[in-house]
Amino acid sequence: MVKDNHSHSAEHVLNLRLRVWRQRRGQPGAFEEHALQGVSTSASFLEMMDMLNEKLVRDGKEPFAFDHDCREGICGMCSMTINGMPHGPLPGVTTCQLHMRNFRDGETITVEPWRARAFPVLRDLMVDRSGFDKVIQSGGFISIRAGSAPEANATPVPKDVSDAAMDAAECIGCGACVASCKNGSAMLFVGAKVTHLNLLPQGQPERDRRVLAMVRTMDDAGFGNCTNQGECQAHCPKGITLDVISHLNRDYLGARVKAFFSSTGKVRRGGD
Amino acid sequence: MNLDSKIASGPLSTKWDAHKAKLRLVNPANRRKYHIIVVGSGLAGAAAASSLGEQGYDVSCFCYQDSPRRAHSIAAQGGINAAKNYQNDGDSVRRLFQDTIKGGDYRAREANVYRLAQLSTAIIDQCVAQGVPFAREYGGLLANRSFGGAQVSRTFYARGQTGQQLLLGAYSSLSRQIGAGTVKMYPRHEMLDLVLVGGHAKGIVTRNLVTGEVRTWSADCVVLCTGGYGNVFYLSTNAQGCNVSATYRSYRRGALFANPCYTQIHPTCIPVHGDDQSKLTLMSESLRNDGRVWVPKNTADSGKDPAQVAETDRDYFLERKYPSYGNLAPRDIASRAAKEACDEGRGVGPEVGGRRLGVYLDFSASIQRLGESVVRERYGNLFDMYENITGENAYRRPMRIYPAVHYTMGGLWVDYNLQSNIPGLFVGGEANFSDHGANRLGASALMQGLADGYFVLPYTVADYLAGVGLSGRPSVEGVEYRDVLAQVNDRVNRLLKNQGKQTARSYHKQLGKIIWDECGMARTRAGLTKAISDIRGLREDFWKNISVPGTGLDVTPELERAGRVADFLEFGELMCRDALIREESCGGHFRTEYQVDGEAKRDDARFAHVAAWQWAGETAEPIRHEEALVYEEAQLSTRSYK
Ligand SMILES: Cc1cc2nc3c(=O)[nH]c(=O)nc-3n(C[C@H](O)[C@H](O)[C@H](O)COP(=O)(O)OP(=O)(O)OC[C@H]3O[C@@H](n4cnc5c(N)ncnc54)[C@H](O)[C@@H]3O)c2cc1C
Ligand code: SF4
Ligand code: FES
Repeated sequence: MVKDNHSHSAEHVLNLRLRVWRQRRGQPGAFEEHALQGVSTSASFLEMMDMLNEKLVRDGKEPFAFDHDCREGICGMCSMTINGMPHGPLPGVTTCQLHMRNFRDGETITVEPWRARAFPVLRDLMVDRSGFDKVIQSGGFISIRAGSAPEANATPVPKDVSDAAMDAAECIGCGACVASCKNGSAMLFVGAKVTHLNLLPQGQPERDRRVLAMVRTMDDAGFGNCTNQGECQAHCPKGITLDVISHLNRDYLGARVKAFFSSTGKVRRGGD
Repeated sequence: MNLDSKIASGPLSTKWDAHKAKLRLVNPANRRKYHIIVVGSGLAGAAAASSLGEQGYDVSCFCYQDSPRRAHSIAAQGGINAAKNYQNDGDSVRRLFQDTIKGGDYRAREANVYRLAQLSTAIIDQCVAQGVPFAREYGGLLANRSFGGAQVSRTFYARGQTGQQLLLGAYSSLSRQIGAGTVKMYPRHEMLDLVLVGGHAKGIVTRNLVTGEVRTWSADCVVLCTGGYGNVFYLSTNAQGCNVSATYRSYRRGALFANPCYTQIHPTCIPVHGDDQSKLTLMSESLRNDGRVWVPKNTADSGKDPAQVAETDRDYFLERKYPSYGNLAPRDIASRAAKEACDEGRGVGPEVGGRRLGVYLDFSASIQRLGESVVRERYGNLFDMYENITGENAYRRPMRIYPAVHYTMGGLWVDYNLQSNIPGLFVGGEANFSDHGANRLGASALMQGLADGYFVLPYTVADYLAGVGLSGRPSVEGVEYRDVLAQVNDRVNRLLKNQGKQTARSYHKQLGKIIWDECGMARTRAGLTKAISDIRGLREDFWKNISVPGTGLDVTPELERAGRVADFLEFGELMCRDALIREESCGGHFRTEYQVDGEAKRDDARFAHVAAWQWAGETAEPIRHEEALVYEEAQLSTRSYK
């Protein structure tokens, strides 16, 4: 296979013990133990899981189901809790970007799905994250019909504002923040989207209704409350910081106050 | 068969306006009575579904991922072109058109490409209004960069995540329509077949990837935006689930498949590390703006540490061969040059399977000139990604790159309305063949997907619906639906019941090796002929020895994989057949028999046409149709980047 070259990072093989979660929809689950030999340290974590699955299929057994697609850290589909940590031990990477050189020969690795009330298990390591989509559908957009946009450079956006919006927009919707939070809170995810859109001039007209609607939907979807533990930030593969939660809280409070005064003040015309 | 491209008459620059003015409209009050199926939620699908929803149609949108936001458009890094001429450097609609036609090696339809260039500017407006955080200058206006194959700066970008931001923009518009109830979204649904009623596309068959339920859907028309077929190579920069099934199954129902042999090999990907590799990762082409590509001049140096290879012993082969474009030479040319250097034994990096398949992309000159912090600001996330995958630091030692399959220019044949030869079947984005000819220029696929979805399909789909009227939608109980459903179920059961021992992945790997070796960067008559017979043998073996554990009544990933691989095993043959008959070299299709001084030799007299293949049954050979490419404005010339 790969002949080592003195000048490149050395490759080894690992023998591993794997404890992997098995579960069918609506039924209780349990760990299954498997030994896996000859895993290259250049392989990604999901390639290691592929090896295990190939072995199972050749033995006529069902492979472990897991979500994955792009395998380059951007689609947000992969979602494994590895040794108790969403996306594994390396900060700033998704499960698919984690490589086996971060593990030791002979190690036992525990692989579980996201654990959160709002993310029920569909099968083995696969969960249902449709709650995130519902939150976006309720307000995570700027209402613009195709064809009605003004000239792009008509509204300059200061570079620092645009950069800050981009920082927040990098969220990949993976759900590690929810899975790492003992309350199963989605505040980092929702905060990231609110911050992205509410920072931009284009997002101003719907700023208040956006934050109110998204927070309401988030609560309805079964996500828990935020108690400022900060685990979400520690496990977010995209470096989304707690600042977005402060932003969300500020905008939410502001919108609530305005809603309070507008509901006791003038009669609103046209409704929303 | 008469392939009518339905291109409007008149000068290129007014064709689209003239054509649009003739397209029929649907009364707003009637729109919600029309049911439109959109398969795919990438840039093309999400843009089409949301725009049709905004107009008031009843839209159902399907994707195989758990959320529409995860379509593979999300992975595009580099940027999107638009003829805004914000840099005042001589860009224009006409220049973007000319670059794209030339980049496609004069194998694209002129009118489509011109329209694409025209629509490019509205796309940027639309995306900015959605809140896409494109890179900006300190003055607050949009920034641009240059991209391979162009001499102007017309590429808009959002760090190294342009595709992500554009898709999230389209996804937000789609989500708004889902919230408003005009679009119903069906994630984790895979389209397995197309249903025709009276010769028109009137529905699909899907499998619910969670419950295993296989069912039919009826609609007034079907829009396929299911992406490209690069995964026929097994290793590619595509996502794991990218497939040819939706388009290939439609081909088997009568849709023509155009130019399947036109595939793009991207020059800057991270080299293969070993046998268990499941995908290849692209390093954005934008890196070539500041990186210099080289290999050692002497084979003896190829195993050495790059720092030990003296400057005079390095061959900056792109700068040497293509002095005016240098490291920015178009993709097909840069890829082939890298392959040639490695074939000569001058490749670098660790040996995999006895060969060194890699060339250096060296940033040391840029780091010296600009400082590490500037390089970090431009490409930091790419350098991190590289280090993550290879364990190497590209600020300290040159990156290693090698070409990998990245994009497929071929796809279902469509006319100017993006309608296939099957009435009511529309195809957008990478799934159609329309705009890139034999080679796609960087940053133009995102542009095409969004042009199709936001600004073309909403008009042309309406024209079709207005034409068929409101009585057009058949009942899903009809015999046409039941027949196709039964056939799909048979196939699913055949896979599940087979008593084999081999995995779908093992067949996919074998197929990928055949295609990469014989229908990759260099193709020969002998190799393609052999590939066709090898693929047939592999296909027979597959149906004898495939094993698919599970009942199919639940999440069954092996069933999904096996179905996709089965389609690739048929499609791969079609691809090789197309490559065999096209006896010329153009763009990404390089036949070693047809070259001058190592460069592609086109044969305009014999091959200035689109090849569109028609399925002729299980045992008969497919029929090849031709659509002549008539150039009114572009001058067919030898594509030179020297
Ligand atoms: C790594 C990478 C980088 C790129 N960088 C650039 C770039 O910088 N600039 C540029 O212009 N282009 C780039 N491209 C190309 C560009 O991203 C794609 O061509 C484009 O995004 C394709 O969009 P699409 O909407 O046609 O398809 P996709 O985004 O691939 O969407 C396909 C959709 O179809 C669905 N689907 C597929 N099959 C089925 C089925 N059988 N049943 C149901 N649903 C199905 C999927 O779920 C998905 O929603 C890049 C491509 C890659 C791979
Ligand atoms: S905030 Fe981070 S952890 Fe949460 S969904 Fe977004 S990327 Fe994932
Ligand atoms: S598989 Fe796409 S982020 Fe991991």
